[in-house]
Amino acid sequence: MTGPGRTLEIRTSPHILSGYSVDSIMFNVVAALLPTTLFAVYAFGLAALATLTTAVASCLLTEQLACRMSGRTSTLGDWSVAITGLLYGLTLPPGLPLWMVAVGGFFGVGLGKALFGGLGLNVFNPALVGRAFLQAAFPVAMTTWTLGFTPDRFSALPSSTLTPPFTQPLYDGLTGATPLALWKFERQLTEVGDLALGFVGGSAGETSGLLILLGGAYLVARNMMNWRIPAGIFAVVAAASGVLHALDPQSYASPLFMLFSGGLMLGAVFMATDMVASPMTSSGCLLYGALIGGLVVVIRVWGGMSEGVMYAILIGNGVSPHIDRWIQPRVYGTRSREPGS
Amino acid sequence: MKLLSLRTFRHGVHPPESKDETSGSPIRQFPFAPLLVLPLVQHLGKPSVPEVREGEHVVRGQRIARPDGFMSVSLHASASGVVRKIALTPSISGRMVPGIFLEPHPASTQEASQGTPCPLETATPERILAAIQDAGLVGLGGAAFPTHVKLSLPEGRSVDTLIINGAECEPYLTTDHRVMLEQRDDVLMGIRYLLAVSGAARAILAVEANKGDAAAHLRDGLPDDLPASVELLRVKYPQGAEKLLITALLGREVPSGKLPLDAHALCVNVATTAEIGRLLPLGRGIEERVITISGPAVERKGNYRIPIGTPLRFLLEQVGAREDVNRVFLGGPMMGAAVPSLDIPITKGTSGVVAFTDTEAERTHRKVYPCIRCGYCLDACPVFLNPSELGILAGKHEYSRMAEDFHLMDCFECGSCSFVCPSHIPLVQEFRAAKAAVRKAALAERAS
Repeated sequence: MTGPGRTLEIRTSPHILSGYSVDSIMFNVVAALLPTTLFAVYAFGLAALATLTTAVASCLLTEQLACRMSGRTSTLGDWSVAITGLLYGLTLPPGLPLWMVAVGGFFGVGLGKALFGGLGLNVFNPALVGRAFLQAAFPVAMTTWTLGFTPDRFSALPSSTLTPPFTQPLYDGLTGATPLALWKFERQLTEVGDLALGFVGGSAGETSGLLILLGGAYLVARNMMNWRIPAGIFAVVAAASGVLHALDPQSYASPLFMLFSGGLMLGAVFMATDMVASPMTSSGCLLYGALIGGLVVVIRVWGGMSEGVMYAILIGNGVSPHIDRWIQPRVYGTRSREPGS
Repeated sequence: MKLLSLRTFRHGVHPPESKDETSGSPIRQFPFAPLLVLPLVQHLGKPSVPEVREGEHVVRGQRIARPDGFMSVSLHASASGVVRKIALTPSISGRMVPGIFLEPHPASTQEASQGTPCPLETATPERILAAIQDAGLVGLGGAAFPTHVKLSLPEGRSVDTLIINGAECEPYLTTDHRVMLEQRDDVLMGIRYLLAVSGAARAILAVEANKGDAAAHLRDGLPDDLPASVELLRVKYPQGAEKLLITALLGREVPSGKLPLDAHALCVNVATTAEIGRLLPLGRGIEERVITISGPAVERKGNYRIPIGTPLRFLLEQVGAREDVNRVFLGGPMMGAAVPSLDIPITKGTSGVVAFTDTEAERTHRKVYPCIRCGYCLDACPVFLNPSELGILAGKHEYSRMAEDFHLMDCFECGSCSFVCPSHIPLVQEFRAAKAAVRKAALAERAS
């Protein structure tokens, strides 16, 4: 006889699920970041390895501490903090003193995520909050770039990396400006080919545009990233810089240079697309991408800094909830879009 | 390329179809259970009124309960036998409902009795409507809404298109598929009755592309004098929802809170259509229906013509259920309701019985994460709601705001949002509860 020996389970429909889950999405983002991460270590050697390890560790520890303090079970298993740590580490100059890396990680996750209530509730991308904190606190260290591809990169750490806490770093190795700074302050242009492949100075993970695009393509193919966000950013950056470049090639860089230099690729593909801090509707995502793209051009061309991706995305994050309020889907059988409130 | 040109609606999801195991299985007759239980409410509306007494002998097909007013239908004996008692029986809603307990005569040939035929050639629309109510017909796709009520157009209203719904988008279910293949003449006859009663100028048979054989079979059999066509639809869930069928086929939207009628269309399930075509010419009532019995916990999967009132326990004994059966639900896995007890009988609205083992059930036991605002649910919702926002509001019990600002009442609980949610938030469940709360509040307001 069937059934009676067993208790039937009562659950409401649907009785099948798509198989997507938060932890699998987050894990796949980490996987998509691997080529970029490996290239960072290849280009900058032990310095990048130490920076990334410290960044990830500080973020994980901060999250664990926040869970402990708020009496929640550990949330490390959802992989979202691992992404934060990895992304945060990839945005840092490879020779940055490790104590600064740890401080930034603590502030990023603590201030940018835990205080908002944890996963799903943060307004800003925590990795960028951490980086923004460092940029404000240690502007010099955050804009001193140790060069990649030095012959001893796998045998020795730059002296700056192991600077004792609360002291300023001393740079003994070679440092250089980023392609963006070279252009902005000296009107010196870097080859786009070098930019795309990553043979330039910059943050650990932002130098190889093609590997970043590869990771992004993987996530789009698996429907784990909204392609409209990077598309919006690329389109506006290319269009705006294209117009400016056509008007005056001497003062304004070409669209390809703009797209492949600095943190634009990493930011557009992996930072701006943070699901929690970006809009939910398709048209909202396009608008959000376009806004970030516009801000990048404005800051880079007319701002005081050579790079503006970080601030552009943070501003975009702040506007995102409002975009979601303005752009609601048009409900079936109604004539107009109705605002949520 | 052909796929791209198929009609469909926007959004929706693609659950695994799981239809191959039964779609090739011809309809077989299911044996009579030693005791059949016929609830007096197998439809949306008022319970039928019993016309038999305990101990009375009835003949298969005999009417045993009459409709109580317009929003009610007849009920017929599904076997020749003895009425053992009229008492409460468990139902899928969890409530106990009154039902007629019928014990079939073991030796009977189970010849079905006939009533007064309703010939197509001479019947007026009113006569056909009455015959449909007498036949006890309800929406066999699962909604169980009295068919004659649906077909009764209010004064001054008209429809131009009759849509025969053969989409069958729920995974596992293949009853409509088999009915289209095996009961083509019944379907075509049913369409004639429906065209006559609705005044529609044409009929469209809507079939999802995974049932190409059924579509071709129907198309081959269309008589020249019947203004009907067969349309293939893209395979997508919930393609079979009335409003979405209308949008896919006619490019019209049914206004929010209104009926298909307001888009000048009428949708009738293909199995219901076949029963109309089968029963009305003979004057008989519906006392059996075709269901799919499937799912990994079922040993002899297939399609069966089963007497109404067959208890699930007997059903599972006959088809063989695996030891590790965990969950049994009526209908498909997207919208079907899990049964709390195997004493529940098959009713007119039951289109299938699917049983899961621990393995499949476990896949739905997932850790619930906070909403990460991924927007998957917005891309899945076929009526373009914002399930994420609704879910957040449901968590705060802001039911009236859900209804007023976010169109909660337009949700028809298809389950697409819950299906895609990577945080495994039980969105549909929360919306069901919220809708009930909103309806209750509206009733209370009207009463005060």
